Amino acid sequence: MNVDLFFYLLVFPGFLFTSILGLIVGWIDRKVSARFQYRVGPPFFQNFNDIFKLLGKQTVLIKNSLKSPFIIAPLVSFGSLVILSLFIGLPLFFDKSFGGDILVILYIMVVFSIMVFLGGGASGNVYSSIGAGREIKLFLADELTFFLVCLIPIVSSGYNLELTSIISAQNAGAVVGSIHGIIGFLAGIICIQAKMTMQPFDIPEAETEIIEGPLMEYSGSLLAFWKLNHYMMYVIYPFFLIALYLGGFDFQGLGIIWSLLKYLLIVVIMIIIKNTNPRLQINKALSFFWKILFPITFIGLILAILGV
Amino acid sequence: MGWYQKRLAKSLWVFHVSASPCNNCDIEILELLTPRYDLERLGIKLVGSVRHADVLLVSGIVNKKIAPRVKRLYKQAPEPIFVVGIGSCYSSQGVFEASYNRCQKLDELIPVDMYVPGCPPKPEAMIEGMAKLMGELNE
Repeated sequence: MNVDLFFYLLVFPGFLFTSILGLIVGWIDRKVSARFQYRVGPPFFQNFNDIFKLLGKQTVLIKNSLKSPFIIAPLVSFGSLVILSLFIGLPLFFDKSFGGDILVILYIMVVFSIMVFLGGGASGNVYSSIGAGREIKLFLADELTFFLVCLIPIVSSGYNLELTSIISAQNAGAVVGSIHGIIGFLAGIICIQAKMTMQPFDIPEAETEIIEGPLMEYSGSLLAFWKLNHYMMYVIYPFFLIALYLGGFDFQGLGIIWSLLKYLLIVVIMIIIKNTNPRLQINKALSFFWKILFPITFIGLILAILGV
Repeated sequence: MGWYQKRLAKSLWVFHVSASPCNNCDIEILELLTPRYDLERLGIKLVGSVRHADVLLVSGIVNKKIAPRVKRLYKQAPEPIFVVGIGSCYSSQGVFEASYNRCQKLDELIPVDMYVPGCPPKPEAMIEGMAKLMGELNE
């Protein structure tokens, strides 16, 4: 069709850029976590080595599993994340967008959770089934709040559904500069924490409790895709939050450093939350999102409508 | 495969198989994974599922009840898989030599790549064993 689309999809905002930056940020996560625990931490290329090693290992298919969903799930979720990085990267870097792309982004984000459920459920392992069920419960918990988090910048930018117009509406001042912006931004970081199943909300993939849950029976290259998906989310969700609340990126002069600081701010807040909080129970996570975070974000939305 | 072997040597994921030990070696293995020795700087990570594992750390005499399970775990693990025998039990079965429920030794059951002797071996000895395994892979 046209070469530009393939370049966007496979190289710059798409696959290569997202995965390489994600693996590097994943290393930052592991290193900072190690320093939190008074350790040295892994070397710089550790995540790359892990992924390449997993790609070369044998992939075991289980006799009692449903084989086609088991194989499809990591690949489809990987594809959905590549498309997601395209939809979020194009407005941020190339100022290209189409009407209502926030809705498309929200729909594609659902695909990932469903694929985790499908892959975990298909493997036929008890722990995987528990993890898959928990993934859907956590998804039910955070989705409503995440929707409101997306709604606040839409309202404050004058009811625009395009990411480019949301970013350009923040030229005068980012959404986070107002009260409803701060509420939405902090709620957004907690929602991202749950979407990425990071520490206080790593309920579906509890390593010490249900042994990485849905990923338990995966091995070899399929596991490599799951790990890569996790690292790609380190790029996709913070970029989405930057587009919604921090006014996107600016690549002129000192703007590069400022853009980098915005990204690192979100990542470091996420890592600090990850390292200082123990894992919640699933019922407590659900009641935290529905009873505490949802009303606060709803007040933020009302404030946004009133223009405070 | 030289390039791949080097990647493998830098990220060995370890699965802990306790095949009827007296728990001494297990405690030392747990100490090995604490921040004091910090194996993550060598790329070594403890995993909970045998499907993710590259190395099986087997400790203990392999008695009659656990022997089929050790064999099954070895078959369940994806290739390439390495087995490291921890402690003296893999060869002499230590103080359990006269025990009524002992059966064949570990290296008669599954192929073992590296031995770390000691009753129990110190964490430094286990790190040296892992380093030797890495050195073999890097050649």
